[in-house]
Amino acid sequence: MKMQMLSYIERATPIHRMTGAAKLVCFIIWSVIAMTTFDTRILVFMLIAGIVIFRMANVHLREIAFVLGFILIFLLLNNLGIYIFAPQQGSSIYGTVHILLHLPGSYSLTLEQLFYQLNVTLKYFAVIPFALLFIVTTHPSEFAASLNRIGVSYRIAYAVSITLRYIPDVQRSYHEITQAQQARGIDLSKKEKLWRRMRQAAAIIIPLVFSTLDRIEVISNAMELRRFGMKKKRTWYDERPFACIDYLAVAFSMLLLILSLWLSFHRGSRYYNPFN
Amino acid sequence: MKKKIIAFKAFSFKYRSQESPSLHAINLTIHQGERVLITGPSGSGKSTLGRCLNGLISNAYKGEIRGTLEIMGARSDDQTLSALSRKVGTVLQDTDAQFIGLTVGEDIAFALENDAIPQARMKRAVQQAAERVGMERFLKQSPHELSGGQKQSVAMAGVMVDPVNILLFDEPLANLDPLSGRSAMHLIDRIQKETGVTVIIIEHRVEEVLEIGIDRIVLVADGRIAADAPPDQLLSSGILGAHGVREPLYLTALKRAGIPITPELHPESLDRIKMGSIVKSLRDWAEVTIPERAQTSGQPILELSHVCFGYEPNRPALEHVSFSVQAGERIALVGKNGAGKSTLTKLICGLEQPDSGAIYVGGVDIRTQTIRERSAKTGLVMQNPNQMLSQNIVFDEVAFGLRIRGIDEEKIGSRVCETMKVCGLYPYRNWPVSALSFGQKKRVTIASVLVLEPSLLILDEPTAGQDYQHYTEIMRFLESLNDKGVTLIMITHDMHLMLEYTDRALVMADGQLIADRHPADLLSDSEIAARANLKTTSLYHLAERAGFSNPSALVYRFIQGEKRRRSRSEDADAQLH
Repeated sequence: MKMQMLSYIERATPIHRMTGAAKLVCFIIWSVIAMTTFDTRILVFMLIAGIVIFRMANVHLREIAFVLGFILIFLLLNNLGIYIFAPQQGSSIYGTVHILLHLPGSYSLTLEQLFYQLNVTLKYFAVIPFALLFIVTTHPSEFAASLNRIGVSYRIAYAVSITLRYIPDVQRSYHEITQAQQARGIDLSKKEKLWRRMRQAAAIIIPLVFSTLDRIEVISNAMELRRFGMKKKRTWYDERPFACIDYLAVAFSMLLLILSLWLSFHRGSRYYNPFN
Repeated sequence: MKKKIIAFKAFSFKYRSQESPSLHAINLTIHQGERVLITGPSGSGKSTLGRCLNGLISNAYKGEIRGTLEIMGARSDDQTLSALSRKVGTVLQDTDAQFIGLTVGEDIAFALENDAIPQARMKRAVQQAAERVGMERFLKQSPHELSGGQKQSVAMAGVMVDPVNILLFDEPLANLDPLSGRSAMHLIDRIQKETGVTVIIIEHRVEEVLEIGIDRIVLVADGRIAADAPPDQLLSSGILGAHGVREPLYLTALKRAGIPITPELHPESLDRIKMGSIVKSLRDWAEVTIPERAQTSGQPILELSHVCFGYEPNRPALEHVSFSVQAGERIALVGKNGAGKSTLTKLICGLEQPDSGAIYVGGVDIRTQTIRERSAKTGLVMQNPNQMLSQNIVFDEVAFGLRIRGIDEEKIGSRVCETMKVCGLYPYRNWPVSALSFGQKKRVTIASVLVLEPSLLILDEPTAGQDYQHYTEIMRFLESLNDKGVTLIMITHDMHLMLEYTDRALVMADGQLIADRHPADLLSDSEIAARANLKTTSLYHLAERAGFSNPSALVYRFIQGEKRRRSRSEDADAQLH
């Protein structure tokens, strides 16, 4: 497959060996930290830790490039949005005004605003590596078990995991359908004019929708015939008990959360202020 | 008398979305430990019957039920789907889609997980079930790494983790190559003998199922039971053919040789047929030679020279494939799944580019052409029509390829209508595509490719999932195209299709072209047949049993005879019009 979406990437690393549930708990704790603090030092530490762990998991940048690109575009839009709607947010938080560039209205660029938006961006970057890692290093069969273990209903957990698992299948049929239509002379490459490509895209999307619906019918029959959803609880073939590394990771994450909260309370504010 | 395990009494069923019932007043009793084959043409209601047994009707498919169905002494409508699934284990047709777990072990465990069985006990049960079907060494594998036959075995293990009494197979042979199909049947045979479960097989490929010994054949047609008898009786009555279900090939050959089929002959299995009296008639028949149709030897239309290709570096999917095809030839491309057949067709259509080597269509190197130019010469029809159909109305679907070429509507109209007449679709031109049957959809996809007037048509499994009547219709239609000069390349698992409708077979194995010869010679070469998972047809076996020194002679005689019958009936058709 040329285009890789988010799916499990098999590697033999300590990160892969951690149980899915532990990774999920860590991910949630890190998200809580990132959401609650604007402390640049903590966020930078999380970013660095994230990159280190990413290297440990031996996941290559190109394997997640597509999703990462998508997130970056979203992040850029978000930053622009903040600047357009609240250009002086930074000054009102940090209480000082260091103007870098005079612009009309309230749009003057301040050092505080830049710093504030840097923190917002860091918050994303502190969490992104963990979110991606949880998805690409957790075997999908353990994925649902992990969600279920932290209290998500197993029906929902299974629905999420089965959706993730079928992404490669849908990609495969997309590829096949594209080729079948190309064999009919439908050119969707950049050589064609855009409006024509748009019109022709229907030739791929409609069969894709129908073949996906067929697939859903078969799989839901197969699941019902083997009693999915008949009981309140279910057990998991691939669930694993917590090992040493899992306890360590969760404990470390908890410590970081406590540190972050302590810093906030101690300071009386969520914001780390270098301008005073 | 054994215990009654299934009893339909005056049972009728109508799907909520349909006007008329799919099953009418069915009366059918099945006993503990029986092996029953339920057969019938497409749309006869045989799959609906299966859905009644496993409880999908009326749990997943709603509708109106009249009469009663008792399964193991309790009425089916009083039982929940989950209670029924402990009694009836179902192996569905599509082994890919029914794979729920991501590893073999997880998939086998699925029912146990849903029963909330503790993990340790579950692992033991999975191990046992896997051992029973011989898949215990594959527990950690993902389904994509398995062959079709292995997937089938896993599906069986997945239902046998429960102590089921009835095993229901919905078209178990549909997606398997001939040899895998045979081993799947033998696995069913062995498990039935070991456990004594009741086995119900829904399948239209009767001959392959009969190989393992069946107690009873139930023929369903138009939602009613047309026959219900032991194989010997049912096969002697000739009722299968009358309802568009293909009877075993060896029986057709005996009939052509003028041998009456009676229960005393034991027609149910080639190994049990009493040969004594019929050997002579068979030999006399095979001696009559029929002049062969003159071979068309046109210009080379397709040439491949040392084509190499791999989706990933260092993992070649094709290695030094070279061959050439003359205009007007009919070629069978055979070999087991994953041998490189589909990859080869993609290269020929220019959908993938070779790493080295060259492909010429009509003398032009296809690398120099655009997608649109290529598609004017070479047409590709995929196996699953649902992957190709994109328009709402039949006419628009066929016209689509022309419209995007910007041809004016008037010209499109005449070309589309002409093509639809050739394909027998003209009466349906204003129908919505979704209202057509599978076979008709297939023809729409062929028409939508044909309207571009390609001189080379590549078809992936043109008859997969079709009953005998549709099979014959499609193949005759392709034959008539061939008579008009269209070159055909067909990917197929169906050895009889290869023998009867092609002049030449290309055999792929592990990315290499391992044989290129006349189909009838191919099957007599046991080494090549084994490497490519091919299986000789029962005609060879029949010839061997009759003591032919050259078994191919009988096969050859049969095929020539069939061809002549076809051309005769076409002449008769032509005179009628």
